[in-house]
Amino acid sequence: MKYSKEQTKELLLKIENSLRNYLSKNNINNPIIIGVHTGGAWIAEWLHKALGIAGSAALLDISFYRDDFSRIGVNPRVGVTEMPVSVDDRHVILVDDVLFTGRTTRAAINEIFDFGRPLSVTLVVLVERNGKELPFSPDIIGERLELENDKNIKLLGPDPMVLEIVDKK
Amino acid sequence: MNEKNDIDVEAKDITHHNIVSQKHLRHFLDIENLPKSLILDILDLAESFAGVSGQPVKKVPLLRGKTIVNLFFEASTRTRTTFELAAKRLSADFLNINVDFSATKKGETLLDTLRNLEAMHCDMFIVRHPSSGAAEFISKNVSQNISIINAGDGRHAHPTQAMLDIFTIRKYFSDFTKIKVAIVGDIHHSRVARSLMHALRILEVPEVRVIGPKTLLPNGIEHMGVTPYVDMDEGIKDCNVVIMLRLQNERMSSSFIPDEHEYYNLYGFTPDRLDLIAKNGIVMHPGPVNRGVEISSEVADGDRSVILQQVSNGIAVRMAILSLSMQP
Repeated sequence: MKYSKEQTKELLLKIENSLRNYLSKNNINNPIIIGVHTGGAWIAEWLHKALGIAGSAALLDISFYRDDFSRIGVNPRVGVTEMPVSVDDRHVILVDDVLFTGRTTRAAINEIFDFGRPLSVTLVVLVERNGKELPFSPDIIGERLELENDKNIKLLGPDPMVLEIVDKK
Repeated sequence: MNEKNDIDVEAKDITHHNIVSQKHLRHFLDIENLPKSLILDILDLAESFAGVSGQPVKKVPLLRGKTIVNLFFEASTRTRTTFELAAKRLSADFLNINVDFSATKKGETLLDTLRNLEAMHCDMFIVRHPSSGAAEFISKNVSQNISIINAGDGRHAHPTQAMLDIFTIRKYFSDFTKIKVAIVGDIHHSRVARSLMHALRILEVPEVRVIGPKTLLPNGIEHMGVTPYVDMDEGIKDCNVVIMLRLQNERMSSSFIPDEHEYYNLYGFTPDRLDLIAKNGIVMHPGPVNRGVEISSEVADGDRSVILQQVSNGIAVRMAILSLSMQP
């Protein structure tokens, strides 16, 4: 099942709004937006523009921080992590498309701390689905979904961004 | 000295059990039988690892809890230290064993040394040895769960050096099928040259030249798909990449060249020879460099030289090879 372009856009606008409110409520100016490769990176870039932040969003490829190396090894197709500025003493907005088990979030936070010591990390996801294995709660969520175990939800993109529910392979 | 087809003599009994699939390495013993796709995978992965050296914390946790042993039966500085840095940047525990100074001197056999290291639950041995086929031999005599990386065996192969060389070449020339490469000097004793010739062939480089005095060019080398040249000026003409090799005096059992001065005049990379190579041409050297023997300081330190980049690239490329060989 595919979300329409408009439905996905609606969710994006929803997290953009929530993030604006969150930032102003918590007095956070000039945060660093960091997206997780690949879907999270598209959303991060989009939020970065929407919020009018200078420069470009940071990008994390968490492949080297995964916890399943001893089971599946490393995939040679690893993207490059781009961290244009130091995260030391900055508020970080960590963006991903889907929060599922929480293992990607764990890896992403570990990787961020290899770049310095941020003041805070705020987690933004477009979709939170059932199946959590680690204690992460997003601060900002587009939509919560209950999916069957044999289903995955993924973001297609980057232009336009469209959510799609597919069968697990 | 040069028997017929002596290029094959060293390698003839060396079989290949490098890989477990088109995507995964089991050991990394030589390049000869690697599929092109896997070579490109290694280069791509190395590209991603190159960024790690620029991070504030120059480390990723990929090989945390693994133990890697440098097992060096022969002197080395660059290769040994870049392997050590590569392993440490992957968060592996790392041991350096210089066999020259250890138990073998007290009479322990190689196999006993291996058994002892196995008993310490090591996961990978990086082996350098003066005998061709040593890494292969060790790979056949260790338990199943240990990976062997060849860091240079006799005159046979030095596959990680060749990988970092082609990684460096790709930084300047993205299309391997459009370049001319020359390898100059002591081809006869060079495991680097052998591994490079295989890598360049697999990557479909259309023209590979080997240049040196007849005494240092193995008979039958053209069977490896390369063109031999005795004249340096003719050989390097219009080449995009010129790889200079070190004169390996320590491996020469008899006199291969008249004297170093004469060699420098005939085969040394002097500044005036830079005009002969392609305008975008680069000069490489695996090190250690004998200044004034195979290359002048002016060229080695000049803006066409990428010798120090080769060293930096060696870390990222070795990180890629270590992590792909440590697959489950």
